[in-house]
Amino acid sequence: MSVITAPVAKPVPQVTSRAVSAPRQTKRWIDWIVTTDHKKIGIMYLVTTFVFFMLGGIEALLMRTQLATPNNTLLSGERYNELLTLHGTTMVFLFVVPVMAGFGNYFVPLMIGARDMAFPRLNALSYWLLLAGGIVFYCTLFYHPPEAGWWSYPPLSSIQYSPSGGQDAWIFLIHLTGISSLLGAINFYATIVNMRAPGMSWGRLPLFIWAILVYAILLIIALPVVAAAVTMLLTDRHFGTHWFDPTAHGSPVLWQHLFWFFGHPEVYIMVLPGFGIISEVIPVFSRKPIFGYKAIAASTAVIAFLATLVWAHHMFASPVPIVVLGFFMLSSFLIGVPTGVKIFNWISTMWRGSLVMTTSLYYAAGMIAIFLLGGITGIFLAVFPVDWQLNDTYFVVAHFHYTIFGGAVFPVLAGLYYWFPKMTGRLLNERMGKISFWFTFIGFNMTFFVQHALGLSGMVRRIYTYQPGLGWSTYNLISTIGAFILAVGIILTVINVAINYKRGALAGPDPWKGNTLEWFVPSPPPVNNFDVIPRVRSVEPMRDIRRQVERSTGVTQKTGGSERFARA
Amino acid sequence: MLAPGAFANLLTPKAGGSPNANQIHSLYVIILYVAAVVFVGVEGALIYSLYKFRAKKVRVAAQIHGNTRLEIGWTIGAALILVILTVVTFVKLPSIINPPNTSAPFLESALSEPTPPNGKRLVICVQGRQFIWRYVYGAACESNPFSAKLPYSYQEMYVPADTTVVLSITSVDVIHSWWVPSLGGKVDAVPGNVTYTWFKAKGPALYHGQCAQLCGRQHAFMTALVNVISPTQYQSWLSQQRQAISTANSQVTQLRSFLTRTGNL
Repeated sequence: MSVITAPVAKPVPQVTSRAVSAPRQTKRWIDWIVTTDHKKIGIMYLVTTFVFFMLGGIEALLMRTQLATPNNTLLSGERYNELLTLHGTTMVFLFVVPVMAGFGNYFVPLMIGARDMAFPRLNALSYWLLLAGGIVFYCTLFYHPPEAGWWSYPPLSSIQYSPSGGQDAWIFLIHLTGISSLLGAINFYATIVNMRAPGMSWGRLPLFIWAILVYAILLIIALPVVAAAVTMLLTDRHFGTHWFDPTAHGSPVLWQHLFWFFGHPEVYIMVLPGFGIISEVIPVFSRKPIFGYKAIAASTAVIAFLATLVWAHHMFASPVPIVVLGFFMLSSFLIGVPTGVKIFNWISTMWRGSLVMTTSLYYAAGMIAIFLLGGITGIFLAVFPVDWQLNDTYFVVAHFHYTIFGGAVFPVLAGLYYWFPKMTGRLLNERMGKISFWFTFIGFNMTFFVQHALGLSGMVRRIYTYQPGLGWSTYNLISTIGAFILAVGIILTVINVAINYKRGALAGPDPWKGNTLEWFVPSPPPVNNFDVIPRVRSVEPMRDIRRQVERSTGVTQKTGGSERFARA
Repeated sequence: MLAPGAFANLLTPKAGGSPNANQIHSLYVIILYVAAVVFVGVEGALIYSLYKFRAKKVRVAAQIHGNTRLEIGWTIGAALILVILTVVTFVKLPSIINPPNTSAPFLESALSEPTPPNGKRLVICVQGRQFIWRYVYGAACESNPFSAKLPYSYQEMYVPADTTVVLSITSVDVIHSWWVPSLGGKVDAVPGNVTYTWFKAKGPALYHGQCAQLCGRQHAFMTALVNVISPTQYQSWLSQQRQAISTANSQVTQLRSFLTRTGNL
């Protein structure tokens, strides 16, 4: 395993940029508030969204505990509805979408060879709006949380049936996080289009950057629609309009169309950056170029295009003509093709590779294993007659957790283990990481696999209790136990981060022998990122640099403190 | 019917009560077979490569950048599977959405969707409300579900066996969703809209169902029972129900007039 055999003739040029900083004049915590540095903002995004992830997780555990046994009285129907609304809204708007913005913030400039985002102050505003949205929403805990679900279908969310201010706080959250994401998306777009390193043509853009670019475009397309919809809901609730009020010739189905026109692209907003992370992690740890770079980049764009054409597959049981159902079945089928292409390409990247089994690769492989099933159950649900049986049951709950937890949260964890050394300069504990993986993976499948069977046995979503003797009790108990195992896995990762943030083994600039430019700079990177921005000659610029150094010095490039992961 | 084993419906949806539910079930099973092949194939390739190509076993990775033929191949392959599923779905669709003829002696007939070929069917209006289902029996319910002459019941629906029952579904408050798994797919009950579904059940049997769309705090208790009885039993149940309703109505009228007279109302 040892890499350094011969005495070093020439010092290997490891440090390729130096910190440039003015003498400190303010206190440290003020730095975090006034910062416009994309790395600090990125870390604030990641920390904030993980806090919301924990809150959403606690809400999920409360719900699972309530459902562990029939006729349980831990929670009332009111509390349960509040929790399911908090859980769904938190996970979508305060965790999965912004956590991708967190990774994007930190790594887009580093990976494209830029010194910051295009609009650093706008970037800070994005973050603070997100935090404001989260605070506005969680303040409802002190008076009356919303209870109409994260779709908030009117008339249930109208003033007659949800009179509390919690529903208005939900609307406010959608607006605040929406503006936050919209500004962030514009910033990503401007940065990626304008600030790439010399030589980084579109064909040499890292796949994570492709994913963030498409994520940004989808946000720009989808968010104004939901912003309009919730504004209409707000005026219905307080200012005498009747957009969604059936008693005054308004249409509740209109809300469904508007909401899902945003809501389905939102699904791809959540998973495409995850796909991007997987497309970075797998080639690095397979020691092999990504298989079918163009196919993966193109499939990202095709998925985004199709994502705007499939919204009504959430409405197969709504009053919609059969011919429309047929159209949305076919468009939903189509989206399976580019998604399948991605999965085939990832597996082909590992094929005949030399796999370095790091925690990050564990999570990436776990993502493929889980997301595949989510994609396959998506085909069942796209067939609208079958969906009539499965829609609004636990089968759907299982399906979207397989896609979102599998397609977004597993990649986030893969990305965390992969990029943590870059962000902190220290490695996470691999052994603990792998234990956390097995808890997360087994716990996840135990929680959600049986939920397919629950749905097939007729258990509908969003019920706070059920009767014994329906064939649901055993599945529910298994699912609840699984949820706690899953929670242990996540907590182990949190502990791993907490311990190794200050005490982990030193990583050095390039612990994994990475392919992209973020591994060119020290860990953590200095404020200015790059002293000299290297010229990019391929889709794997860091690999080119490492080879060039090795060729000119005859010495294998050191990989920080983690040679043990790197093949000799 | 209400107490299946602990591991009921592990892999397939409920069916057996009505032809449409059975057809959905068989369509589901076809997709399940295709899905199982894809699932096993892809997971197998993943696990094989994770096992076979570890750095310990393979010292040098093959530097392959891609293969255009392979890309085109699996794109077309995936598309072909979906074309097959599309064809199967549209072949099956008529048997799911079009009701068959009533085989029992016919009760009444009218013109509105969906209609069996000979037009003979029983119309029941289903009204969702927080948190109970109300059923009004007879085609006249479509013009006025609160008409005084029509028999109605709550939560438990009585239907004659072997009869094509057409449900005309709406809601008086928030959105609900009508679903009795063994009798076919779910249909949303949306205020301001009328949606339809049908079933044709063999009897005697009792089917359990539940509102499938979040409708408020007691959503969990908005259940439905469909009691399938013989057509003659159904006729006598109807007259009983009419009797009971008119008795209750006259009692209420008497009470109301008494209260009004005594100045308590």
